Amino acid sequence: MSVVNSVLNRRHFVLAATGSAVGMLAAPSILRAAGEINLYSSRHYDTDEALYANFTKETGIAINRIEAKADQLIERMKAEGANSPADVFISVDAGRIERANTENLLQPIQSDVLSSRIPAYLRHSDCSWFGFSKRARILVIAKDRMDPKDAPSYEALAGEAMEGKVLIRSSSNIYNQSLMGSIIAAHGADEAARWATGLVANFARSPKGGDRDQIKAVAAGEGDVGVVNSYYLGKMMKSGKEDQRQAADKVTLVFPNQADRGTHVNISGGGVARHAKNKDGAIKFLEYLASDQAQEYFAAGNVEYPVVKGVPLASPLDTFGEFKEDTLDAQKFASLNAQGVQIMDKAGWK
Amino acid sequence: MATAKDFRGNPKGLPATKGRSFKVRPNAVFVATGVLALLVLLPIAAVLSSLFDTSGGSLGHLAATILPELVLNTLGLVLMVGLGTAIVGTGTAWLVSACRFPGSRFLQWMLLLPLAMPAYIIGYAYTDFLVFAGPLQTGLRDIFGWTRNDYWFPDIHSLWGVSLMLVLVLYPYVFFLARTAFQEQSRGLLDVARTLGRSPWNVFGTVALPMARPAIAAGVALALMEAIADFGTVQYFGVQTFTTAIYRTWFGMGDRVGAAQLSSALLAFVFLLVAMEHWSRSRQAYYDTSARALKPQPVSLRGWRAVFAFAACAIPILLGFVLPVLILLELHSDGGDGFLGTRLMVYAGNSFLLAGGAAVVVTGCAILTGYCLRRSSGGLSAGLVRFSTMGYAIPGTIIAVGVLIPLGAFDNWLDGLMRNWSGISTGLVLSGSVVALLYAYTVRFLAVANSAIETGFKRIPVHIDDVARTLGRTRRGVIAMVHLPLLRRSVLMSAAIVFVDVLKELPATLIVRPFNFDTLAVRVYQLASDERLSEAATGSLVIVAIGLVPIFLLTRFADRQSEQISASPVIKIPQ
Repeated sequence: MSVVNSVLNRRHFVLAATGSAVGMLAAPSILRAAGEINLYSSRHYDTDEALYANFTKETGIAINRIEAKADQLIERMKAEGANSPADVFISVDAGRIERANTENLLQPIQSDVLSSRIPAYLRHSDCSWFGFSKRARILVIAKDRMDPKDAPSYEALAGEAMEGKVLIRSSSNIYNQSLMGSIIAAHGADEAARWATGLVANFARSPKGGDRDQIKAVAAGEGDVGVVNSYYLGKMMKSGKEDQRQAADKVTLVFPNQADRGTHVNISGGGVARHAKNKDGAIKFLEYLASDQAQEYFAAGNVEYPVVKGVPLASPLDTFGEFKEDTLDAQKFASLNAQGVQIMDKAGWK
Repeated sequence: MATAKDFRGNPKGLPATKGRSFKVRPNAVFVATGVLALLVLLPIAAVLSSLFDTSGGSLGHLAATILPELVLNTLGLVLMVGLGTAIVGTGTAWLVSACRFPGSRFLQWMLLLPLAMPAYIIGYAYTDFLVFAGPLQTGLRDIFGWTRNDYWFPDIHSLWGVSLMLVLVLYPYVFFLARTAFQEQSRGLLDVARTLGRSPWNVFGTVALPMARPAIAAGVALALMEAIADFGTVQYFGVQTFTTAIYRTWFGMGDRVGAAQLSSALLAFVFLLVAMEHWSRSRQAYYDTSARALKPQPVSLRGWRAVFAFAACAIPILLGFVLPVLILLELHSDGGDGFLGTRLMVYAGNSFLLAGGAAVVVTGCAILTGYCLRRSSGGLSAGLVRFSTMGYAIPGTIIAVGVLIPLGAFDNWLDGLMRNWSGISTGLVLSGSVVALLYAYTVRFLAVANSAIETGFKRIPVHIDDVARTLGRTRRGVIAMVHLPLLRRSVLMSAAIVFVDVLKELPATLIVRPFNFDTLAVRVYQLASDERLSEAATGSLVIVAIGLVPIFLLTRFADRQSEQISASPVIKIPQ
């Protein structure tokens, strides 16, 4: 029996030790210093770390982060309810931050800095969220096989001349969903559905991979025109890798719809969480994101366009040239997201 | 109290493994198991509870558009992964346990290596290598001067491609369980069949295979559930399945009800699958009372047979491990993660902590449920356990959200209670803690641990319990002195597989984790979502390397123990 006891005692000891170790790890949210803000972010760029470090250096406010997909962070905030530790929510597209807002997870704030520096079409009308950087949904065309004049607009991609030439990723991708929202806003649902059907008929192959994959596929000759976010092309141009630079070199950038409404532009946006414990810190952080220094950093670090006018562009963004952007309210195309998904499903856009 | 019912399943009074020989009476074990099973079912119930919401419901839209295709794709995936893992896993297991050929001992543990390879990572690796813009096709075009319309190349981004990826990383589940089963079959039965004039192949088909069938079925069931729950790989390969449709409905269209409807359909499908398998062998039971004194004598293969056997075992290892690792090494050498050697070490530590913690917790839970199933396979608790392991087929993100809901509700309830009672706010106690993560892992991986432990329990004849009880051991004594020592191998196996699975797990870790708590899988995800595959290769290689440790321990230990068993004439009951 003594053997049994010693076995059981040992097991009890292990259990107790595990329990206390787990206890120490649990509940980090109670032990929060005042000079901290908690960030729920779907940005996932290493270059942002310098941005956060600068903020802490300037204000003394430390930043705690959880990075995951926006949809998942939204579910987490909903489950956490009134006790959610989130102070700031950040998304990489307008559709998701608007969803956080309609789920009642954000709060309107008063900030003259933000209202004056960020253009009205890039923020929510009641100031519950703001866009801090822009990404244009551009076309990349094969330098040696297509004339930029042949791909003047998103609409042209659905024309008969483009059969078997178009490369774009899946309709599950939020950037495509937002683009679809902007097409619905421009032409109405019926015409948008016809556009989607025409586009699908022109696919060089069924949608797959990410944006960089579309650029590489255009460079390799799998198709002649790809639809991608501007910063992916920029990042490939300044990549440390030979093959990425070579692929970027084989394509020409086209800003579509320059003759009419302009190129579709999405935002990475942020807002103060509904139940933020450190609201002042959260507003300070958002104001910092709109500062010249942070705005320059979005361009230099992640090749995103600043939202504040007059901020200088770092290379390679400065080589892209001026372009006319679609100033459709981000709130508008964001709200058309779900309808866009249904249209894409019907069109057979995988 | 023994009733007539207790004897009905056992008319001849033989020692049966069906386990009615104990009196069925509620006690601590059943209550604890019932509570555990309910806790595991809670997140699934939390997600499915949306079914009863009145708003939303885009099932009509789905039925009119993508539903037919995704049903076909899911069935195709189930069929191909099921057949693929069954054939590769069983075939290789039979070859290494029944035959001797050059390299067979070495291949025996090498065949487990793909277990360390996450499906999404093998998907990234092969994609990078095989797509139109990848090195292979580019090389072909350069050599022959082709353009895109001049040649045909299989499209890896298709249903067969994704099935192949999943077979390559999931067959080890079948292999391990089948190999264990083959090795423990007694030589007596096989020899009798041979003496009666059956050929070796015939013996395999009529004796060895049917006897190993429960183990093979358990392995295939695990592989299938994992395949059905997979999101990362099918999404990246552009194949629409039930899982992608659930994501699309919930997150793309914001329709929780539609997502819950699809989830419950998926669950019903899995339940049907498992029930069918269970029913098809319900009237079969295999008893091997000849003990394990005589191990099957391996057949020595020579000539082309040996070459064939070697190739059959080497190909899965080559495709499932060696080639992807080489591709990852090539990608890594092209740049690699700038965090290597600094923060990557911290991430590795976090991964190790979570995987180790989960291995202990989940295996512990599985021992409890396994013991409960041994005591009574028909009770309420046992039924709950059976149902709760279906959660393995639910996509990780859905489970994770399901975990957040009850934990958040509990934390807010506790906070309200404490505020009223003492005026102190407790905030969130469990949400966003490591405990929440361990809970999520238990919900997700209990099925894996359970199948290893339950198989282990089944190998211990019930009459041994009776003997030990007759000799004056308490029930607790039987567990400590008989079951646990005999279960060592199963416990190790369960812990090793849970460890590797948690190491690879992404969605739950991503959503449920505490602040500033990154793991290797999270790091790989972040780089991959920024489409920086060569940087992501570094973290992937570290995941694979750490995953090799438990696999190595498992093979060392398993081999040593099987030698011990074969050396001893009868199973020793520790005194």
